[in-house]
Amino acid sequence: MPAGMTLLEFVRDRLHLTGTKEGCGIGECGACTVLLDGKPVTACLVLAVEADGGSVETVEGEAADGELSLLQRAFVETGAVQCGFCTPGMIMSARGLLRRNPNPTDDEIIEAMAGNLCRCTGYEAILAAVRIAAEGGR
Amino acid sequence: MIPRELRVVGTPVVREDAVDKVTGAARYTTDLLLPGMLHAAILTSPHASARIVRIDTELARAVPGVRAVLTGADLDVRLGLYLRDKRILARDVVRYQGEAVAAVAADTLDAARTACRLLRVEYEELPAVFDPRKAVEPGALLVHPDLGSYDHMRGVFFPKPGSNVAHHQKIRKGDAAAALAASDVRIEASFDNPPVQHVPMETHAAIAQALTGGRAEIWTSSQSPYTVRHLLALAFGLSHAAVRVHVPYVGGGFGGKAGLGLEPLAYVLSKACGGRPVQVSMSREEEFNTIPSRQGLYSTIRLGASRDARLTALEATYTWDAGAYADYGVNVGRAAAYSGAGPYALEHCSIDSYVVYTNKVYGTAYRGFGHLEVLWGVERAIDQMARALDLDPVEFRKRNLLKEGDTTITGEAFTAGHGKPIECLEAAAKAIEWGQPSAPPSDARKVRGKGVAMLHKAPAMPTYTSCAAILKLDEDGAADVLVSGVDYGQGTYTVLRQIAAEELGIPVEKVHVTWECDTAMTPYDWQTVASRFAYMGGNAVIEAAADCLNQLRAVASQALAVPVERLVCDNETVFPVGEPQRAIPYRALALGYTFANGNSIGGPVIGHGRFIATGLTNLDPETGQGRPAQFWTYGAHAVEIEVDTETGEIEVLKIATALDAGKVLNPLLCRGQVIGGIVQGLGSALHEGFRFDDKGRLLNPSFVDYKIPTAKDLPREIVPILLENPQPGGPYGARGVAEHPMISVPSAIGNALYDALGIEFTSLPLSPERVLEGICAAGTPRAQLA
Repeated sequence: MPAGMTLLEFVRDRLHLTGTKEGCGIGECGACTVLLDGKPVTACLVLAVEADGGSVETVEGEAADGELSLLQRAFVETGAVQCGFCTPGMIMSARGLLRRNPNPTDDEIIEAMAGNLCRCTGYEAILAAVRIAAEGGR
Repeated sequence: MIPRELRVVGTPVVREDAVDKVTGAARYTTDLLLPGMLHAAILTSPHASARIVRIDTELARAVPGVRAVLTGADLDVRLGLYLRDKRILARDVVRYQGEAVAAVAADTLDAARTACRLLRVEYEELPAVFDPRKAVEPGALLVHPDLGSYDHMRGVFFPKPGSNVAHHQKIRKGDAAAALAASDVRIEASFDNPPVQHVPMETHAAIAQALTGGRAEIWTSSQSPYTVRHLLALAFGLSHAAVRVHVPYVGGGFGGKAGLGLEPLAYVLSKACGGRPVQVSMSREEEFNTIPSRQGLYSTIRLGASRDARLTALEATYTWDAGAYADYGVNVGRAAAYSGAGPYALEHCSIDSYVVYTNKVYGTAYRGFGHLEVLWGVERAIDQMARALDLDPVEFRKRNLLKEGDTTITGEAFTAGHGKPIECLEAAAKAIEWGQPSAPPSDARKVRGKGVAMLHKAPAMPTYTSCAAILKLDEDGAADVLVSGVDYGQGTYTVLRQIAAEELGIPVEKVHVTWECDTAMTPYDWQTVASRFAYMGGNAVIEAAADCLNQLRAVASQALAVPVERLVCDNETVFPVGEPQRAIPYRALALGYTFANGNSIGGPVIGHGRFIATGLTNLDPETGQGRPAQFWTYGAHAVEIEVDTETGEIEVLKIATALDAGKVLNPLLCRGQVIGGIVQGLGSALHEGFRFDDKGRLLNPSFVDYKIPTAKDLPREIVPILLENPQPGGPYGARGVAEHPMISVPSAIGNALYDALGIEFTSLPLSPERVLEGICAAGTPRAQLA
């Protein structure tokens, strides 16, 4: 593996898991968010070799046995998805939040999602979806 | 037959595509991996205006994996939507910093980028012009000295050879100069908007494969599959059938992916590589620097009014900063001119809209199509006039808004079918308790203010705009909808599912829109712009469903031995009136009906529907009079803000947006459009704008320096209000509402800012720096403001 290969390139080009998106390539938009050892990272800023021996979770792992997770269902039902390009990163940021903090306050949800840019939805439905997933997970 | 009540249309059906989007299964252009596909990179100009003396490609060609290097010298093609003024790669001269001058296709993106870095370009810098107000002056340096020789759409656009004016749109109604001179009260004010970027989260991308026999196959992140096909066919002398354009999922467009984008470059690179597929995709920095933006605008507006608060005249000059190429900019200058007086009844109006070339990144369509920009001026000037008359701004607007019996500034009669702008204003104003003082601010250094603004827009489209829909019934009685309008996030496919389900009388779960437009498979649609897809596509689907029902009834008539006119279609069945027990299910008719003895009749049921714009005219070149609009959508925003007088920061406490949607086809999706549009409008109002240095270099081409709203930037409260005064030609009375929520958000905030501070801000964005500078310049002690 080339030393300069990013985790994003590894996931998309080597593993062909194209759910993870590139929106800016400099860690500013959050579209490439994945969980590395359970924590959200922007995969464009992490070298693939840094993930050696660690666990990487992408959006493709969120649904289990063909069933959408509660978080995914909430995104579908609240209208949190429009063009969908930011959605995988949003889902992974939300998953990271709910894993470390299953009972987030509204401010904590906003803080956790503020690094993920969306140009379509105006965020309201996205924040609502995370709230619903948090409440349902209790 | 008595029309039954709507069952599916008007309900909050969730979008089917959301499932593939939350799992990562939705495939966008750069997710596609074609056998043998190469990757391309571009080299862009560091200069805003320069002669290309020579390009040395030798080192680049030697990079392992490089398959082709192209420069403008290799490509003698001129492209353009309305005015053919642009090369695929700059040839002889560059006209903006960021313009592509060379491209490399290679086995890997790394190799292509490495090769680009090894290209040696010798430039001779040339003088440049950056301010459109200077560029329009006689004797100004010409961005396109050959303007007179360019092909353009005649009778609609009027470039002025020997100048930088790519289009001059005139609107003349009555005698504005005389009416203004005779007015009791006159005001004059100037406003400006910077260029901004669309910022779709998915940058532009295209894959092309040049096939033998003069054929081309394209996969592209586009709003316009058929326009891409048409313009590629024209540019390269191919037949239309030889160009096949696929549009997979598209990650946002907002107008920036309309027309033609990277497809020609991908095609010529593929040709140069022996027909291997080539992918071209923009980095985010290239998206800012190279891909067209929203044009900047300088406005000067003169308003006259009588002492009894009637608007008597409007004169306006709109000077658009088109940048280096005309693209959609000329049509923005045209459409925003016929909307350029706001939704007001005016007997006398004179507007000159100049679309002016400069040496900057060029402009194109962006959500609102020039209306946010012109209404930034008009709606601020209306507030100034209300103050000059010492009248409440809501009351002043109500006296002058268009109502039945009035005519627009192009002479179109305003009818009940246009909707009710006054109701929109009243509803929005009420939602923020207009007329009541604001609650005390949260901090002693903060002040609060309220403001309103109107908006209006019609689709800007050719008089002959058309589209079609195909509906196929499956053997299980489900239906597939085929269209070539693109759902790049708006949700239109969900609305079309609802319409098909409603008309066919089947559950919405049994209707699917085929995702991926393909010009070889899905029927014609002009392009997905102008907030006209639900309107036109919806009408086409209604007609296609009627065609299916006629086919079903014709076969059922023979099967049941009942005349066609005595048959009813509902609940997935056809049955004689009053005899549902004799029903034949659609699934027994969808591929043809088989009698007990094996005889069969009918065949696969495939319905076809279409829609074409009706009654539109080209505008008179001298007066702009005519009918440009299939329908109009009106609306109003009302906002309450809090301003920090120490930092200049504006917080939006509440924004209420009322739109006359005619009919809300899906309340969940409509709300999503409205909220998304408002927040995008807040970006234009508060944060966004290109900054250039004195050499015309863009200073903020990244998310580090160009901020769009985040989840932290939401107003405390957003109140969408959707009125339903029907549009007679729309599906179920619906109008388009996709672009509208964004328009006039800056105007309402600017008016609220005046209310809060008593300071007139005329430039966007209303960034903390600008607001604070304004506070300091006004010299009012901050304590007094607060």
